[in-house]
Amino acid sequence: MSNATLEAVSPSLQPQPGAPDNWRRFFSFSTDHKVIGIQYIVTAFIFFLFGGLLAMVMRGELITPEADLVDRTVYNGLFTMHGTIMLFMWTFPMLNGLANYLVPLQIGARDMAFPRLNAAAFWMVPVFGVILTLSFFVPGGPSQSGWWAYPPVSLQNPTGNLINGQSLWLLAVALSGVSSIMGAVNIVTTIFRMRAPGMGWFKMPAFCWTVLSAQMIQLVGLPALTAGAVTLLLDLTVGTSFFNPELGGDPVLYQHFFWFYSHPAVYVIILPIFGVFSEIFPVYARKPLFGYRVVAVSSLIITGLSLIVWVHHMFASGTPGWMRMLFMFTTMAISVPTGIKVFAWVATIWGGKLRLNTAMLFALGGLSTFLFAGITGIMLASAPFDIHVNNTYFVVGHFHYVINGAVVMGFYAAIYHWFPKMTGRMYYEGLGKLHCALTFIGINLIFLPMHPLGLMGMPRRVASYDPEFAFWNVLASLGGFLLGVSTLPFILNMLSSWAQGKQAPDNPWRAIGLEWLVSSPPPHENFEQLPIVVSAPYGYGSDEPLVANDPAHKPTHDLTEGVSP
Amino acid sequence: MSTANLDSTVDADLQAQMAHGAEHEEEDHRLFGFIVFLLSESVIFLSFFVGYIVYKTNATDWLPAGVEGLEVREPFINTVVLVSSSFVIYFAERFLHKENLWGFRTFWFLTMAMGSFFLYGQAVEWLGLPFGFRDGLFGGTFYLLTGFHGLHVLTGVLLQGIMLGRSFLPNNYAGGEFGVVSTSLFWHFVDVIWIVLFILIYVWQ
Repeated sequence: MSNATLEAVSPSLQPQPGAPDNWRRFFSFSTDHKVIGIQYIVTAFIFFLFGGLLAMVMRGELITPEADLVDRTVYNGLFTMHGTIMLFMWTFPMLNGLANYLVPLQIGARDMAFPRLNAAAFWMVPVFGVILTLSFFVPGGPSQSGWWAYPPVSLQNPTGNLINGQSLWLLAVALSGVSSIMGAVNIVTTIFRMRAPGMGWFKMPAFCWTVLSAQMIQLVGLPALTAGAVTLLLDLTVGTSFFNPELGGDPVLYQHFFWFYSHPAVYVIILPIFGVFSEIFPVYARKPLFGYRVVAVSSLIITGLSLIVWVHHMFASGTPGWMRMLFMFTTMAISVPTGIKVFAWVATIWGGKLRLNTAMLFALGGLSTFLFAGITGIMLASAPFDIHVNNTYFVVGHFHYVINGAVVMGFYAAIYHWFPKMTGRMYYEGLGKLHCALTFIGINLIFLPMHPLGLMGMPRRVASYDPEFAFWNVLASLGGFLLGVSTLPFILNMLSSWAQGKQAPDNPWRAIGLEWLVSSPPPHENFEQLPIVVSAPYGYGSDEPLVANDPAHKPTHDLTEGVSP
Repeated sequence: MSTANLDSTVDADLQAQMAHGAEHEEEDHRLFGFIVFLLSESVIFLSFFVGYIVYKTNATDWLPAGVEGLEVREPFINTVVLVSSSFVIYFAERFLHKENLWGFRTFWFLTMAMGSFFLYGQAVEWLGLPFGFRDGLFGGTFYLLTGFHGLHVLTGVLLQGIMLGRSFLPNNYAGGEFGVVSTSLFWHFVDVIWIVLFILIYVWQ
């Protein structure tokens, strides 16, 4: 009888976060890192669809050379909100969601270091999302100054109201910064202090290395953006003169504040996706991650270098020659640790026994689009070339290959890979592959034409263009609509699999990692007993066990016997 | 490391956790997290400082018309009071470690008084200045830097008030002294920022 009572209170019988029963918990102030992780991902994905919708209106406008579908001021608001939503409401929260869900499981912790702070950081996302969305309904519409909000354009305030699109934009971005800092403090503390017994730095999965590197960038970089945003808000509302050239201010200083954070921010975005690739390729190639230690440390090198490359966004801002030289050099240097990773992934796949299911296909697609973006990235690092294509569609094509190519494909790869773990259900492979094909074709169809357009001289952020650019723009628009359609099989797959998919085993991919040692979905507090890690990750093809105990079950000998006083 | 050796150390670790409960562990995390947060917060000040230096070195007419510069004497007294309060709060913490609650409260209250004196002095200075925050980059940066720092001092004093009130609760320190330790750390942080700020604004004129 006493055994039965113990069973009744044991965590494994408590409701399992992620399981389709009791979906209401996702609308509660839960402090479970797995619930918060899924809350982040789903909220971010809704904003992703919203941002994508705005992009499709823009592509609809650009399918003809004339500005006929929407007014030019509306178009300005569309690209501003598209960029802002995709960065602050989609990529950051989505990656925070992945980190929230996976990091405690992968390092063998029962939760994040500060569960309540974690929940508070998440619930700020819908708040500033709504603030930003509200700016569509204020007089004058949303901010029209692009997601950089460069002064003096952002200081114009044509309506004269205190509450205008730009001030709401700044408020939302500042709140997003506060939320991200809270998340970063939490994640860094968790990784530093809560790794399972025996998990030294070089026994930690590469995903955790990349998340740590990314969150360290948040801690160093975000305060600079906050400083810039606060001073810009003061200029806009109370009439100070920090960035207002008419009153003696220095608009270029704002660009420094902005890019000091916002360039490293692209590494905040891409680093966890590098981690996802490093996790997925070994599983589906049945080989250890090639050069694991070098791959792990290269993330930290990227973090360091990312803080000294920001001026490459400002080659055309009257930057002195020595600065151009310096930042051209550092920008090219950062491709070295990035290239190391790409080589390591290729070497991992090389000669492996590949299983081409959806997660692997997405990862391979993401890797190829990232490689393409990396090549155009090195071209853009060169100051003369950058000045030539400055503010053209070449730049737009380049960074969309990173953010929509590598990051979104990597996100899908991660979702398919960990979906059985998160929900306890298997997804439908056929729908997944259809989704992958549509996404990959869509991405290349919309963003590849932007490169020739940029080289031909089509400027970005315009609602109308010369008819000579029409051919490539029509292609790009068709790709954009295809990309919109490609989300439908994904949504269908996720919802129907979650509701009635096949029951998933604990480790459907025969993957090696602490998260695969517990049930699917993992129980509340993850581990019955903390795992004791005895070997490095990715031990594919080796007999060495990952842990010395079975973390999913209570120890056979009762530890409390020894400590009772 | 042999497997047996590893097992024994790990068991000891697990046993220690079970013996002490999770609170001590939690407290360590909180202090670590708070230090990470302060490091991040310092970058905001660093950004403002860099902005100030860039503005000041590039400006053609730095001071607004009719402004001679800043009076240093009263701010210097203010500085001495604020910096000394860092030592006073250190003694308060020492008293708490020795479980001398009234010693702690006395010195803690003294710190609060010194912090409030600083805020009062800052307010008096602001009211007597011949320029406002719209008066060029000089006025803007002056009020931004001193105001943002003043907000931190105010936060510190309020935190100290909460900690003083909580010291009267029974068993307040059973779960550790994280609140006191972090408030004190925050106070030292605010002090160090002020020293840099004083040198940049008042000494370098």
